[in-house]
Amino acid sequence: MTMNKTKRQINSILFHIGACALGFLMIYPLLWLVVSSFKSNRTMFTNTYSLVVEEPAILENYMSGFEGIAGIPFSRFMLNSVIVTVIGTVGAVFTSLLAAYAFSRIKFKGSGFWFSCVMITMMIPAQVMVVPQYIILKKLSLIDTYFAMIVPWFFGGAFFIFLLVQFFKGIPRELDEAAYIDGCSKLQILFYILVPVVKPAIINAAIFAFYWIWQDFFQPLIFMSTTSKFTIPLALNMFTDPTTYNNYGGLFAMSVVSLLPVLIFFIIFQRYLVDGIAMDGIKG
Amino acid sequence: MKRKKTIFKKNDNLLGYMLLAPWLLGFLVMWFIPMMVSVYYSFTDFNMLKTPSFVGISNYVRAFTKDDTFKQALKVTFKYVLLVVPLRLAFALFVANLLNKKHIALGLYRTLYYVPSIIGGSVAVSIVWKQVFGNSGVVMSLLSLFGYEQKTSLLGNPKTALFIIVLMGVWQFGSSMLIFLSALKQIPTSLYEAAHVDGAGKLKIFWKITIPMLTPTIFFNLILQIINGFRMFTESYVITEGGPVNSTLSYVYYMYQRAFNYFDMGYSCALAWILVAIIAVFTVVLFQTQKFWVYYAGEE
Repeated sequence: MTMNKTKRQINSILFHIGACALGFLMIYPLLWLVVSSFKSNRTMFTNTYSLVVEEPAILENYMSGFEGIAGIPFSRFMLNSVIVTVIGTVGAVFTSLLAAYAFSRIKFKGSGFWFSCVMITMMIPAQVMVVPQYIILKKLSLIDTYFAMIVPWFFGGAFFIFLLVQFFKGIPRELDEAAYIDGCSKLQILFYILVPVVKPAIINAAIFAFYWIWQDFFQPLIFMSTTSKFTIPLALNMFTDPTTYNNYGGLFAMSVVSLLPVLIFFIIFQRYLVDGIAMDGIKG
Repeated sequence: MKRKKTIFKKNDNLLGYMLLAPWLLGFLVMWFIPMMVSVYYSFTDFNMLKTPSFVGISNYVRAFTKDDTFKQALKVTFKYVLLVVPLRLAFALFVANLLNKKHIALGLYRTLYYVPSIIGGSVAVSIVWKQVFGNSGVVMSLLSLFGYEQKTSLLGNPKTALFIIVLMGVWQFGSSMLIFLSALKQIPTSLYEAAHVDGAGKLKIFWKITIPMLTPTIFFNLILQIINGFRMFTESYVITEGGPVNSTLSYVYYMYQRAFNYFDMGYSCALAWILVAIIAVFTVVLFQTQKFWVYYAGEE
């Protein structure tokens, strides 16, 4: 009995050593980025691996980073990102919510056909559509506008539609029935009865939408050309061009800034994210 | 009772289409029309300035017969997908299996392993990767610490650069791990108990019970990850710019170059449809193999 117990304890210790080591490896790139954003440009690339700051230049790095690039302060890029992300997220979630409600609770002609269209758009990479989208937007003179960056997100919600339909399916229809008998219209049922129940799924969808839009690089890269309208990923990409910019401190500092909202949201909504993945079984 | 039937059984086309309208509009404007436009342009020579001229299937022929860079991009992308998808899923399964026991601090580990998945697609992380594995980066400084002075970094070497990008993909195994973890929790314990009573060893239980019960999850993930792998772009663009000597040139990046560096729009559209065809073939073939290896409980 005691043999068994010691064996189990040793196993447990080995497990934790392994798990911590892996955890360190997983998080090391992030730690390295944060620590490097505190190091002075002079010491940054000697003993690059080190997580010890020998010559701190925190204020200097962050101030120079916020000065931005090409005469445009970094706060401008942040504002652009916030505008695009907030409107895009709200739009994506709202259109998906309406569509998911229609697919799961309303009987209408062609619903099966349209739902398979949703699934197909999930299978085709968005990148495939970008060239024709670019040509169409160009013809409509909508290239290089916020519109081009925001509006596609309103409709790119196949994943969210799928996720919300799965959730709606899990809600007993008796709930709808009861509300209907009490005199609710179908729209009222959606907003007063179902939305509160599927709130976790909506939050989950909203966080993923936020992540994707905030970090999206491909679409703005193609649709935007005026620097003052750039989002953060595009700005960071400009920072990496050694011919125009070689202040690594500023680059790393602004990289940290770009990840901060993502990490903060993750900490706040961790529960929804982890549970959400467990429920729908697919990832973003 | 009668009312109960009317609320769901009766067709409500007007409301249905009203609710669907925003998505439908987007589907038509951002997907269907561009799709048709793209099919058309793929048969033309078009550079945005002059009017497109019809050239038949010559864009497609060009890709397969004359364009070596296309072949290179295809090779790189296949290599990437065939490496990153199995490695990521295997690692995710391995870690999920380890975490599916009673230990303290499991939630903490789960969270730590998941963090790379949520930030992995960002430009910031690609920048980090470039610095960690690039010239005078972390790996080079560590190697020189142990006395191995290197002239070129792992990213500067055409033989290793793609593996560093694969490594970045595997690093983001966390979301697959979470999916496996929740699937593992749904395997009925009675199955394990029965196997245990029959005297099956740990490894046998894993191969004969855990894996078969997980096959639907593995299958679903395989398809999503393959599609995901084929659209790799940011890594290729930010970390290596496709180099050295095109050794990390991803398919989507090549499509981008054709369209926006050379304004070869017609050709780029043809490349897009070749990619769709490739993904479709992968998906269909996988679905066909399903009956040989995917086990659906409750279906005999």
